[in-house]
Amino acid sequence: MTAPYFELGYFGARGALVAALVIGIAFGWCLESAGMGSARKLAAQFYLTDLTVFKVMFSAIVTAMLGLFWLGRLGVLDLSRVYVPETYLLPQVVGGLVFGVGFALGGLCPGTSCVAAVTGRLDGVALVLGMWSGVLVTGLTFAPLQSFYEKTPRGTLTLPQLFHLPYGIVVLLVVLIALAGFRGAAWIEGRAASRRDSPALPDASRDHTRHVAEGVGA
Amino acid sequence: MRSWGRPYINPYVAGVAIGLVLLAAFVVMGRGLGASGAFASSAAGVVSAVARDRAQSSPFFARYLGGDGPWLDWLLIEIVGVAIGGFVSALIAGRLRLAVERGPRISEGARLTTAFVAGAIMGLGAVLARGCTSGQALTGGALLSVGSWLFIAGAFAAAYAVAPLARRAWT
Repeated sequence: MTAPYFELGYFGARGALVAALVIGIAFGWCLESAGMGSARKLAAQFYLTDLTVFKVMFSAIVTAMLGLFWLGRLGVLDLSRVYVPETYLLPQVVGGLVFGVGFALGGLCPGTSCVAAVTGRLDGVALVLGMWSGVLVTGLTFAPLQSFYEKTPRGTLTLPQLFHLPYGIVVLLVVLIALAGFRGAAWIEGRAASRRDSPALPDASRDHTRHVAEGVGA
Repeated sequence: MRSWGRPYINPYVAGVAIGLVLLAAFVVMGRGLGASGAFASSAAGVVSAVARDRAQSSPFFARYLGGDGPWLDWLLIEIVGVAIGGFVSALIAGRLRLAVERGPRISEGARLTTAFVAGAIMGLGAVLARGCTSGQALTGGALLSVGSWLFIAGAFAAAYAVAPLARRAWT
């Protein structure tokens, strides 16, 4: 085993911060290149007209998941030294639901809002400020939330452990589900595009009228 | 939608690239990516500077005050990198643009207000879930963490449930 390098003491705290900066730059570069700094593009995910968010997110998850599996299998990476976020069932479901409401309303998530903000999108700046205020207020009024925050702890719990399946089988299943999802995404986008392009359909003509009316009003 | 500068790259190419960046974080650091943690550590830093006792008595903020302190938190430096990388990418591709991105039926003021409120809601959600789309969905998702997949399911379910009500903001 030769990795993870930091965990095995190949470099210290200063090196870790250099790594943080370099990894962050690469992450931000990729997010911007994919259009993930655009709130309208992200929001289109929830109206099924542009599924870029799904495609980017799940191809990233699958890539990293396969990399972890094979590097572990080849003995390059000691998976027991990779930090796995601990599971707290209830707070994570509820936190996810609350988060999703903000995601659909705002069209950006914490990471992409930073990209939106630095590329000149003022709605991104507003969302960053809101996010920061939300975390601040939640942190200051944390005492009453704490018991809920710590409910239903399951420690480090992974899908292979939960389903009593071998790691490789779960990896394969996630890959298959993702591939089916990518096919589905292409189908959904194709349907949305044909609906947009065909003026005979009531949906498209209504949109058209609305835009014309707006143009006259303005 | 009007596009500015060079077109975006293929989403699958970008996704694989992000996956490789995430994998690099696992290999180099033994940890994944994050975003909301940077907001938490900087908030802890500000609270600590204004009222040290208040920050230390909050079990949520206190954890960011150890070690090298909140301003040298790994995720905070990583997010500074995200900002640099995003800016340079947009600069090179000609996509820097001062604008308020919004739907055709919402005013700029209403969009900015909505974005602020949406951010605050996500702040609460990310604290409860112990992370966001980066720290839970991408990182925990790749590690097959059960809690992370619950977060993904919850976030997408709620977003799709709310989207029809928020149609005015986007379409």
